[in-house]
Amino acid sequence: MSAVALDRPVKVDEATILGKATRPALVILPFLILFLAAPSLPGWMTTVPKAWAIPFIDWTNTLIDHLREDMMFGLFSFRDLTRWVADLITWPLALVEGLLVSGFPDVGVPAMPWVMTAGLFGVLGWFLRDWRLGALAAAGVAYMAVFGKWELSMITLSVVLVAAPIAGMIGFLAGILAVKKPWFEAAIVPILNVLQSLPHFSYLIPIAVFIGVGHKAGAIATVIFAIPPMARLTILGLKGVAEEIREAGRMAGCTRFQMLWMVEVPAARQALLVGVNQVIMQCLAMVVIASFVGARGLGHDLLFRLQSLKIGQALESGVAIVLMAIVLDQLSRAAAEKQPSHAKTSGIWIARFPFLSAGIAVVGISLFLAAITPYASVWPAELTLSTAPLWDGLVDWVMLYFFDPLQYFRDAMLLYVLIPVRSLFQQIPWTAMLALVAMAGWMLGGLRLAAIVSGFVLFIAFAGFWERSLITAYMVAVAVVLCILIGLPIGIWASKTERRAEMAKLWCDTFQTFPSFIYLIPVIMLFKVGDVAAIAAIIIYAMIPIIRYTVFGLRNVPQHIVEAGITSGCTKRQLLWNIRMPLAFPEIMLGINQTIMFALFMVIIAAFIGTKDIGQEIFRALTFNDAGKGLVLGLCVAFMGLTADKLITAWSAERKSRLGLA
Amino acid sequence: MNEPKIACRNLWKLYGADPEGFLRRHGGKPAIEAIRAEGYIPAVRDVSFDVMPGEILVVMGLSGSGKSTLLRCLSRLIEPTAGEVMFEGRNMLAATESELIELRRHKMGMVFQNFALLPHRTVLDNVAFPLQVRGTSRQERESRAREVIELVGLKGREAYYPRELSGGQQQRVGIARSLAVGPELWFLDEPFSALDPLIRKEMQDEFLRLQKVLNKTIVFITHDFDEAIRVADRIAIMRDGAVEQLGTAEELVTRPATPYVAKFTQNIPRDRLLSVRSAMVPAAPRKAAKNAICVDDLLASVARQVVTSESPVDVVDGEGMLVGTLDRAAYIDTLYEQEPTR
Ligand SMILES: Nc1ncnc2c1ncn2[C@@H]1O[C@H](COP(=O)(O)OP(=O)(O)OP(=O)(O)O)[C@@H](O)[C@H]1O
Ligand SMILES: [Mg+2]
Repeated sequence: MSAVALDRPVKVDEATILGKATRPALVILPFLILFLAAPSLPGWMTTVPKAWAIPFIDWTNTLIDHLREDMMFGLFSFRDLTRWVADLITWPLALVEGLLVSGFPDVGVPAMPWVMTAGLFGVLGWFLRDWRLGALAAAGVAYMAVFGKWELSMITLSVVLVAAPIAGMIGFLAGILAVKKPWFEAAIVPILNVLQSLPHFSYLIPIAVFIGVGHKAGAIATVIFAIPPMARLTILGLKGVAEEIREAGRMAGCTRFQMLWMVEVPAARQALLVGVNQVIMQCLAMVVIASFVGARGLGHDLLFRLQSLKIGQALESGVAIVLMAIVLDQLSRAAAEKQPSHAKTSGIWIARFPFLSAGIAVVGISLFLAAITPYASVWPAELTLSTAPLWDGLVDWVMLYFFDPLQYFRDAMLLYVLIPVRSLFQQIPWTAMLALVAMAGWMLGGLRLAAIVSGFVLFIAFAGFWERSLITAYMVAVAVVLCILIGLPIGIWASKTERRAEMAKLWCDTFQTFPSFIYLIPVIMLFKVGDVAAIAAIIIYAMIPIIRYTVFGLRNVPQHIVEAGITSGCTKRQLLWNIRMPLAFPEIMLGINQTIMFALFMVIIAAFIGTKDIGQEIFRALTFNDAGKGLVLGLCVAFMGLTADKLITAWSAERKSRLGLA
Repeated sequence: MNEPKIACRNLWKLYGADPEGFLRRHGGKPAIEAIRAEGYIPAVRDVSFDVMPGEILVVMGLSGSGKSTLLRCLSRLIEPTAGEVMFEGRNMLAATESELIELRRHKMGMVFQNFALLPHRTVLDNVAFPLQVRGTSRQERESRAREVIELVGLKGREAYYPRELSGGQQQRVGIARSLAVGPELWFLDEPFSALDPLIRKEMQDEFLRLQKVLNKTIVFITHDFDEAIRVADRIAIMRDGAVEQLGTAEELVTRPATPYVAKFTQNIPRDRLLSVRSAMVPAAPRKAAKNAICVDDLLASVARQVVTSESPVDVVDGEGMLVGTLDRAAYIDTLYEQEPTR
């Protein structure tokens, strides 16, 4: 009686059996037929004929050339315009960099002493959450000084500090416009979807073409990369403002302007600050990768060391980046979580404004310290510590004891898993893939969805990189399967108790803040370069969402249904497999969806360690400044991601509504 | 003087694909079956009433009967599909956006079911918000806000943020905010429904006390009949968007217009609602007995006297003139819904 929701129909009539079985069959069958019949199919059905390729790349390049060379606005060209806009960023960049590291030699003002920077970060952390966050922030900054990463880290930090507000502002305004003007929303949301699934490198190439390479170009790429998440979260946040609050504003007699700025935006404050957190973290991730187009700072340092295979030193830079990520993430997260509370209105000034007072004290004390000892302004080189020997030792140790097993593992992996799967993938006729995707779209979301996803596949097929795309697909597929095999049990284990779930969430949050590039370091250390290394990097990075969603899904199964299961005498195992799992499955699928997205991001970055897929081509496009190729390839990757995304979200939504969970 | 503060005539609000066209096709008065059959949601159907200055009109009905929609049509937070809304004789639906803003800034106030406080503002700033919006100077608006905060009994909490207050306190802030501009017309949409019963009772008392001082014109929504009886001058009962009956509580209980209203009101404690008037039998003028009861007394308050008296008790009006008599049988019949056996 209590397990109504779980009852399987006892009497199953044939129609439902057929109905249940035919749907997956309809999706799989055409694919299987085409796949198995591949050897006897005409050539044009298995591989996309060269003659059919649509010259997307040439078109794009023509457009870009036109923009670059011919397009004139009276006295200046489009390229002048982009360069001029790009130059705007040099001012704030120079200002912040001057404050943090380089000082202003022209006017004889030195940079902030490192003790002041550390102290101010500490006060900020204390203000935003508590003294422990303050200590973490101050220690993080001090680490940079003491371990000799001061200049590099402050350069990276200044890019983030300049790019994040600009990107945030642009995204915020775009989000507002989208909420206020439906036509703009209709136009921008699909663009945001594509932009957010474009690999990092695809942003870099057009930037390099229009603005050139260098630190400034890196900063611009960072700004552009961080705009979409802010726009999206602004839309979400403003739409999430309770209708009643909006009505309260209207009843108070707000004009439209007052409504937006005095009611909606402040009421959406929390969501907007989550957006700011995202923007900051995206900026950091991008500024590291932007070192490929010449952005200076920690990322450049890391790239240089990785290229020369100095793993120990690379690890040292990686640690600094990770530390910076943690501090920035924690600070901006605390800002989003901070709730206003009433202030004291009486008492002495220091008690009423403790944080302001502390800030002033920090400035005063550090200026005083800087005046009496140079150590307070610049950490002396002779006292700089380096952890590189430590890391080198670790690397040597790993090599000494694990070289053989690792080598063995790597070869076995290649021989028995990767190569067979790859050749299997390479045998898939493009028509079979198209049939699979189209049928799945049709079953899950009708003709509209089928048309959209088929469009994606057709684009990839006719763009002329079908084989490369299959290699990418194979790597992502292998990595995702391994992620599920490893991540699902971890997620199940972690969902067993509240404490473990908390821990898992903390770890996921932390690991997710690391710029993806970081994950290449340990992988290169263990597996050198090649497919195994690439897949290992993807697995580490893409495992995060599957664990997170599994824990979330399993822990959020409605309590009354679980209780119904317990009272009908389920064992723990039955409870998990018959009740929790089926109900959490739609959520877990969303996790898998995210995992695929993460994997696609990583697979492109992994091109750095020598893969043979689309990423490699993008990489080449970057070297040759071939913007058209870079963009079209980026779109291929984005469309792969979006195909999976559209299908899985449709499935999950349908499943959830059928389970009554939506 | 005798002009209604707010009035509506044949007000309609339908949700669906093309409500205007649908209404036109059905000559402006579709039957509920037709509305349902074509998949429209009847939120407000053909509602007309007047609310006089100083009057409290309570709108009652089950969840989904269209109370909130009606209220929002009156304040034009949503646009009615058809009909008229008149504020002080002026057509509200013809008002431009800036006229509406002016009206809301000076003449109307509204209290929301879920408080709808601005989370980022202190109590003081929340209450001062409508004044700030209309451009009152900081000093002036803060002193006015402090006044109303004191009026609703929240003095000392001015610097708190909404999340630092209990539900009852938050709703007091909502009330204070709606009073800050000194509105003449006050809309309350289930203001106390989100509160637990004890606090709700306390807030109702508070509301009545305030209304005694302020004497506003009020449209008050509730789905709690006890609450309606406590605060209402007149009550409108809504069902599927239409007003089934509009009258005093006593009228609704003693002369329900439809079986629905009768069912709706059947569990009311009648002795606390009905007065001696509704149970007495008129009598020829003569000198009243010494222990006569007053015609406006509630039945509950005269229970002992009437039930223990062997003979009918005399009933007098305010001036002490005899107007009727009340005997045991009629008293009990009235309480327990029997047709009096006259
Ligand atoms: N924006 C809308 N779109 C479609 N239908 C709506 C909309 N707003 C309200 N309705 C419908 O109109 C009807 C009346 O809703 P309304 O909110 O006025 O009811 P209510 O009497 O206030 O109920 P409650 O006591 O639950 O607040 C309901 O059936 C509701 O589903
Ligand atoms: Mg309502």
